[in-house]
Amino acid sequence: MAEKDVIIGLEVHVQLNKLNSKLFCGCSTRYHDAPPNTHTCPVCLGLPGTLPVLNRGAVEYAIRVALALNCDIQGETLFYRKNYYYPDLPKAFQITQYDFPIGLGGKILIKGDDGEEKTIRITRVHMEEDPGRLVHAGTIDRAKYTMVDYNRCGMALLEVVTEPDLRSPKEARSFLDKLRNILEYLDVFDGDLEGAMRIDSNISLVGGERAEVKNISSHKGVEKALAYEITRQRSARRRGVAQVQETRHYDELRGITVTIRTKEEAHDYRYFPEPDLVPMRIADWVPRVEAELPELPDAKRERFVSEYGIADDHAKSLTSEIRVANFYELVAKRASPRLAAVMVADVLKGELNYRDATIDDFSPDHMVEILDMLENGKITDKGAVEVIRTILDHGGDPAGVVEAKGLVKVEDDAVKEAVRAAVKECAQAVADYRSGNEKSINFIVGQVMKKTRGRADPGEANRLVKEALDEM
Amino acid sequence: MLRELKERLAAGASAEDVVYSLFEKIKKSKLNAYNNLSEDSALAWAREFDDAPWSGLLAGVPIAIKSCISTSGIETNCSSRILEGYVPPYDAHVIERLKQEGAIIVGKTNMDEFAMGTSTETSYFGTTRNPWDTERVPGGSSGGSAAAVAAGEAPCALGSDTGGSIRCPASFCGIVGLKPTYGLVSRYGLVSYANSLEQIGPLTLNVEDAALVMEVIAGHDPRDSTSVKSEVGYLSGLDGGVEGLVCGVPKEYFGEGVDPKVEKSVWDAISKLEDLGASWKEVSLPHTKYALAAYYIIAMSEASSNLARFDGLRYGLRFGADKDWHTTFSEIRAAGFGPEVKRRILLGTYALSAGYYGRYYLKALKVRTLIKQDFERALSAGGADVLVTPTMPFPAFKIGERIEDPLSLYMADVFTVPINLAGVPAISVPCGFADGLPIGLQIIGRHFDEIGVLRTAKAYEDSTPHHETVPKEVV
Repeated sequence: MAEKDVIIGLEVHVQLNKLNSKLFCGCSTRYHDAPPNTHTCPVCLGLPGTLPVLNRGAVEYAIRVALALNCDIQGETLFYRKNYYYPDLPKAFQITQYDFPIGLGGKILIKGDDGEEKTIRITRVHMEEDPGRLVHAGTIDRAKYTMVDYNRCGMALLEVVTEPDLRSPKEARSFLDKLRNILEYLDVFDGDLEGAMRIDSNISLVGGERAEVKNISSHKGVEKALAYEITRQRSARRRGVAQVQETRHYDELRGITVTIRTKEEAHDYRYFPEPDLVPMRIADWVPRVEAELPELPDAKRERFVSEYGIADDHAKSLTSEIRVANFYELVAKRASPRLAAVMVADVLKGELNYRDATIDDFSPDHMVEILDMLENGKITDKGAVEVIRTILDHGGDPAGVVEAKGLVKVEDDAVKEAVRAAVKECAQAVADYRSGNEKSINFIVGQVMKKTRGRADPGEANRLVKEALDEM
Repeated sequence: MLRELKERLAAGASAEDVVYSLFEKIKKSKLNAYNNLSEDSALAWAREFDDAPWSGLLAGVPIAIKSCISTSGIETNCSSRILEGYVPPYDAHVIERLKQEGAIIVGKTNMDEFAMGTSTETSYFGTTRNPWDTERVPGGSSGGSAAAVAAGEAPCALGSDTGGSIRCPASFCGIVGLKPTYGLVSRYGLVSYANSLEQIGPLTLNVEDAALVMEVIAGHDPRDSTSVKSEVGYLSGLDGGVEGLVCGVPKEYFGEGVDPKVEKSVWDAISKLEDLGASWKEVSLPHTKYALAAYYIIAMSEASSNLARFDGLRYGLRFGADKDWHTTFSEIRAAGFGPEVKRRILLGTYALSAGYYGRYYLKALKVRTLIKQDFERALSAGGADVLVTPTMPFPAFKIGERIEDPLSLYMADVFTVPINLAGVPAISVPCGFADGLPIGLQIIGRHFDEIGVLRTAKAYEDSTPHHETVPKEVV
């Protein structure tokens, strides 16, 4: 629940992992299954004498994101050096943006904890390079040695910084889900890849000191860490323990945060303009990038409602992931859009989720076929669910599954026969119905379904039972 | 002289003999011009050339490379202990160009550690000696390159110039050294000292040779974002003479602190240019007095960041058992850097620190803009075409004479650093001697007017004998 005294702001690091090459060199970005230190070159290893060359594609992606987040694009933008020593940073400085970031002052709409739409303000969006990755031999505090993998080093990152507008861990998660959704719509980002999104969260209670919980890679982790922090900070306040501004680490295994450093130990990063890169005038690029911007989730949701006549809740569910939205549109153009919305949003998404599968694991052709059978009365809703489950678990095609499992809806005569038999057998229920207990009809319908082994349409059975009772 | 060498090679002289005799000379030498030689590869290339001569602007010509320019497979240690044994896996852009034009790399020359110095005395591998007087410094930081060329240990060399590091040793060793316009030569592969100031350039025995090397190394390189597209054609514009040329003589570059013998030689040179058809007029570069301070703040600030990567983790110095990260890299840096490098890292770190950035670095950048405007004004249309000044206020000083007094060393750069701040090109050519020590004349041009600078220098050189005088000891 939103709590009035909780203040949360996020800094989200987004890897532009759909680019082909890194931010300042030609190394491939497809390192995720590669052995360590195989996707490196003199430039991203920071060897003496090497110089950065800016990847124009990364700038274009960054403009795309900044526009989608409703930011003002800065006409002239430049890079700075952020100086600090760490083994994953081979130049001992990170090329990043400081003054004049690419985007300022944007916003995202999320569903707030009160169920209403809520605006989360974006402070800035800026570009920077990713450091390498440390691999500890054992846990971080007990490792005998640490190795460095520079495959990730030099990947293009975007840092999205919010204003402190979030009021609960749940809202934070909702923001992250929405951001990921937008990024995937923009085709700049694949959220499934390891390390694609890393989040620093700033959290404080009103009147209290702020804690920054750094480098969490999952949305769920952020939610848990923030919940832990609220409890910790409240408890400290109750006990009268003085709070200090500090940086904390989230221990995912133990589900707690631990302090890393306090403000007194804060770094002086000695920012100064990167002399090896020149200022970029990007004002001219913006109109073209804006014109090519794809439809974003909120707009798509509105269009789905008006174009396909589906419920807003369905539209929201269908557009919450670009691949699901594309799947739906493919199907809706070839089958009943409303039926498709129900089947995809209410059934297929849940079944996929349950199996840890994605929309790519189900064929749109199969969905069209299922919807056709459903609309023509060949199968029931229940049968359709069964077909989807069977295909997901064992493969096959809809016609084959319906055939093999005997899911063809029984003919009306057979249903009528079952209704007659059920009414005869359920004297008590019939009596209850007559004495005004309308719910007892459900028992009789249940018997009908049992007799037809579920192949009757429940609505149809209900209607026929009622008819039979009223005729008596 | 490169022309004669190329003609001899074309006529069938053996490149292997040329290279071999160079190595013999280098090994007997007491100058300590080289940190490391690439004998095997140089002799192999020379033999290949003799077997099947290739073409190219520098076909078969040996060249010495300053130790801060990356050469694939050849140690590039910047005269620092922290990079001792470091062999780059890649070639700098200029090295690629030299190879494309057929040059043969003979070795890496001594320098001030990470190019931080004016005398080559801060080298971890010991100072280089001046071939004109081995008790004296060769200048710096490209002292090894200049001494090698002056003493005949290489027919030509590359240096780098951040605040005078090509022109100063050229002046002290009596040879020609050109610092190109910022952006004209790719810095890709040059180990950075102060990125926004430095350029790679040639050190040669005469102006024509400098033009020839420029022909090879200048030009756009997409791997250096500060590199610009430019027309190449330094050799063709060389012999135009100075008829009608207006030489500006900045009043701030004469007088107090300048050795009278240096001043006299420079005025003689100006008279010579007048004899050749040029005219001269006094100009003013009013912000000159702020140049040294601005230069050292900018250079040290950039250096403090550039040199932070040397932690012994991936390459270079490593010793003893590893301790925790901070202790290990701190110990390596404490042992790996010399005192001058440490001084500049500390000062640069201070200048960039929160609260001081605006007072020092940002202020220095503003001064830099003013200095650049000084030059643009003095060299604007209707003003002077080139500026003529002493390169150094005095000839080569004695080894040890100034090293304990960093400020007096920094003061020696007073006529060279403004040129780097402004980004304009400048050449140093021999213009006489003071008590047997060479004196350098600095000719400064407009941005990208290397041809104007070279042409002026060539006209002067053609009418004077100074460049033909070689140090006795080496004859």
